[in-house]
Amino acid sequence: MSATTATTPATARPAATPAKTRRTRPARMFLHCFLIGTCLVWIAPVLYALYTSLRPYADTAKHGYVSVGGSYGFANFSTAWNAADLPLYFKNSAIITLPALVITLWLASMVAYVVARHSFRINLILLLIFTAGNLLPQQAIITPLYKLYITVPLPSWLSDSGHLDDSFLGLILIHVAFQTGFCVFVLSNFMRTIPHELSEAARVDGASEWRQYRQIVLPLCRPALAALATLEFTWIYNDFFWATVLMQTGANRPITAALNNLTGQFFTDNNLISAASMIVAVPTLVVFFVLQRQFVSGLTLGASKG
Amino acid sequence: MTSTSIPTAASAPARGRRRRLRQYSGRDRAALTLMAGVPLLLSVCLVWLPALATVALSFFNWTGIGGFAQMKPAGLENYRIAFTIYPEFPPAIEHNLLWLGVFFLVPAPFGLFLALQLHKGLALSRIYQSILFLPVVLSLALVGFMTELVFSPTEGLVNNLTGHAGQNNLIDWLGNPRLNIWAVLIMACWRQTGYVMILFLAGLKAVDPSLQEAASLDGANEWQAFRHVVWPALRPINVVVVVITVIESLRAFDIVYIINQGTNGLELLSTLITTNLIGETSRIGFASALATILLVISLAFVLPYVYSTFRKDTRP
Repeated sequence: MSATTATTPATARPAATPAKTRRTRPARMFLHCFLIGTCLVWIAPVLYALYTSLRPYADTAKHGYVSVGGSYGFANFSTAWNAADLPLYFKNSAIITLPALVITLWLASMVAYVVARHSFRINLILLLIFTAGNLLPQQAIITPLYKLYITVPLPSWLSDSGHLDDSFLGLILIHVAFQTGFCVFVLSNFMRTIPHELSEAARVDGASEWRQYRQIVLPLCRPALAALATLEFTWIYNDFFWATVLMQTGANRPITAALNNLTGQFFTDNNLISAASMIVAVPTLVVFFVLQRQFVSGLTLGASKG
Repeated sequence: MTSTSIPTAASAPARGRRRRLRQYSGRDRAALTLMAGVPLLLSVCLVWLPALATVALSFFNWTGIGGFAQMKPAGLENYRIAFTIYPEFPPAIEHNLLWLGVFFLVPAPFGLFLALQLHKGLALSRIYQSILFLPVVLSLALVGFMTELVFSPTEGLVNNLTGHAGQNNLIDWLGNPRLNIWAVLIMACWRQTGYVMILFLAGLKAVDPSLQEAASLDGANEWQAFRHVVWPALRPINVVVVVITVIESLRAFDIVYIINQGTNGLELLSTLITTNLIGETSRIGFASALATILLVISLAFVLPYVYSTFRKDTRP
């Protein structure tokens, strides 16, 4: 029963009894060794990219990429920052990601409210439409979407091309339409765990549906919203496909897609590309490490369907 | 909180539902319609109608130039071409299947294993978890760059560490069409494992700890406790992982597109669709036929999953 699941994540894991700890100590040491080994393998590509980015191209050309020696410094970072116009692309990413994130969470929370707090016949169909839509491969809808985007006219202050394609609005819209599904799924699970007495009481006091959503249910959803914000930020910021197809003029591209041009521009200079990659990864790394705790517990609420 | 919410969920809605339906004022009904309607409109217009249109377009020949008048009915011609004479199609299907198989055999079990170990509450658990999850936060496009960095034949990490970077014994990981899919799959698994691990970790947190305690008090060893207590309790999350595995392997795109746009041994359905759509000669009907094949395969997995997940508890 879904009503009980809200409390389980809060329950502490049972402490291992002293006897058990003693019995399993060698096993635990072995496990630690195994996990440390795995982690070293896991982080190796990232560390290697970081190491490469700290060395000038001339040094790696002379000594080879897998070598020690020469000089180290942040020159590649500043070159990448300036030569590759990274500030411009960061700005593009921000213009796309932040509104898309806010609108997605807002729309999804409204749908989730309708679906989770009421029992209409249409609820199952609504959930199906949103959740299944999020699971479709993007390539399965891109052809007509692209045709649609190049035909829908937009005023010139919204779009350089005069149409939805190559416009920030176009990318924001498709992110919202596509990502709402996942958020509806998680938020409706979460909202079901909020006691119904709260709504009953509010209704008796004459609160409208909008008011119940806005002032009772939404504030209680803050943990789930924080978790979703982390996940969705990562997904929308990291998007490559929509931007590649729907944003064919380079200047408006978000940073992940723009990075692809770098390989053509500085083909041989892996050091520079590594530095640019590191810079591009910074926002998601920061968001993830800052919000890690909410992130895992928020996923728990989405996953614990019984 | 628990004790009060259980009876509510079981009994009150049954009586309350009918009463509540009559209680909606006109304004409430309008508010609820708008709240669900606006997002629904967006999802239908930008996701579901294009999906249907993809199916329709697959029965036409169209370069995309000159409006709808230039569309010529093609019947099943596009599908016939795809299945018989399009040379990239069989390798693409093969690679998608390989991707699916590898994702089921490597990241899914390994992710579960790592989640089970991290769930034991070891010291440093959180640090291990962060490192293993790190690749998931990186975009697949970045993973594509890193694949080049790691597997580049003369400059890459792997060849230099294993002594295969010289002229005589060079292993061309990214250029050899029989090898490059494996190099890409290694990096894809690197990322997917962390994703599966975090899903299982979330699922494990929802498993009632008292059940595990009871099992260990009854003298069950670790394997028995897993087999008879944890695994059955993980059933909902297993379904999620299966679907994620299928979807992620069908969606695979970014890494191969970064490396060589999905050519020379890295063909995938997703890249074929993209190149047919935005390439020099845009063949919209044909791209749509490929997309429809992809759509049918994924819906075959997605719809039964979504339906069975929601059917049992749409009631509030």
